[in-house]
Amino acid sequence: MLRGLWRLTWIEIKIFAREPLGVIGTVGIPVVLFVVLGRVLGPAVRSASPDMPRYVSVDLPIFASLLIAASAVLSLVAIIAIYREGGILKRLRATPLRPYTILTAHVIVKLLFTAITLAAMVLAGRRHYPVDADVPLVSFTLALLFTTICILSLGFVIASVVPTARFAQPIGSLILYPMLGLSGLFVPLDSLPPMLQAAARTLPLTYAVSLLRGIWQGDSWAGHLGDVAALALMFLVCTAVSARVFRWE
Amino acid sequence: MQLQEAQLQKRMKVREAVGLWAALYRKPLDGDRLIEQLGLSEKRNAWFMTLSGGQKQRLFIALALINDPELVFLDELTTGLDPQARRAIWDLVRGIRQRGKTVFLTTHLMEEAERLCDRVAIIDRGRIVDIGTPAELVRRHCPERTVVVTTEDASAPERFRAIPQVELVSGQGLALTIRGRGADLVTQVIHCLAEHRIRAIDFRTELPTLEDVFLKLTGHTIRD
Repeated sequence: MLRGLWRLTWIEIKIFAREPLGVIGTVGIPVVLFVVLGRVLGPAVRSASPDMPRYVSVDLPIFASLLIAASAVLSLVAIIAIYREGGILKRLRATPLRPYTILTAHVIVKLLFTAITLAAMVLAGRRHYPVDADVPLVSFTLALLFTTICILSLGFVIASVVPTARFAQPIGSLILYPMLGLSGLFVPLDSLPPMLQAAARTLPLTYAVSLLRGIWQGDSWAGHLGDVAALALMFLVCTAVSARVFRWE
Repeated sequence: MQLQEAQLQKRMKVREAVGLWAALYRKPLDGDRLIEQLGLSEKRNAWFMTLSGGQKQRLFIALALINDPELVFLDELTTGLDPQARRAIWDLVRGIRQRGKTVFLTTHLMEEAERLCDRVAIIDRGRIVDIGTPAELVRRHCPERTVVVTTEDASAPERFRAIPQVELVSGQGLALTIRGRGADLVTQVIHCLAEHRIRAIDFRTELPTLEDVFLKLTGHTIRD
């Protein structure tokens, strides 16, 4: 079914690009936001280096990256819900296409646009954020794509069960944003009460933040095998669950 | 397989849909030829959302045929279409049939079933009530024949009532409605007209249709 997958992926890319709002929302707005923020914060950042506050030098890029990943998940959930509601999935079901082929095609589309957005941000932000030469961009991009795939698998589960397109977005946000809040990005995990700390450790985004932060700061992948394993485990579990509960109509 | 009320991605082009479907099967038909045969050549590059109801249905028929199946399922494919589009699609279905394929068609339009189908199964509440050719079904369940004769001859009603197969003769103005059973009722009425030299202004037969059969078998009350 590989041929079908490439066809479907290519068509979905074109369909996505034909939706003006979709492209502006996924690629344009984050880049513009980033540039505007850069204008405002840029001078402070430059004068403060090399002792940049950590939230600007490390966490802002990671926050931006995770937001892109989250919006990819939400848009995946919305698309699948719309396809289900419109009977598109029903029609696809009557072909040799399997659910995972359809999901994979969408994941590839989302990853592609995530990568494009990130590249556009790096290019546009270069003037304002003096990204240190020692930030391993290739490694970080790989880490982000890996993280996005794993977070997308959460999206599979949501997408497999949300009844209607109208519910897709709110349910997705309701699940994702609290995770983002507890991920250690805004409040250090150590300063949370024990209960919340335990909760945070079960949430996948915590590991995503730890991995992205580490790689951004130049850690080796070997030092973050735990994070990678946790994310991979989540991916496997979520994929298995969604394959079980996927509904065509 | 074609489904009732299916949709595709709004901004997917006709050509892309056919190409995608072709890529899913091992021995697909030539997509461009299929598009042409279904009269969609002008719409090859149009987005799905811009197609009319008839064009969408034709596209779905193209997708159903792309893998050159021996058995094609078509579910209520002319529902909601205007008469021209309906007729165009009927021609397509006849075309599929002539190529030696089996077509399995679901419809609420008895006229459609009568015109297209070799065998009709009438389904009521999920059960097959009867199955046969349209003519068989009509003969079996609605053997009544009706002939309407318009005449100024005052003796006509009496003459018609004398025909053995006639059950009822009723009149409205000059038009006499003659009801009876049996395939040769019409012949009998014509014979009667000739024998008694009745001058007919108008002569019309009303044959029961599949629709009458359907109503008789499934009841007349409105249901969901």
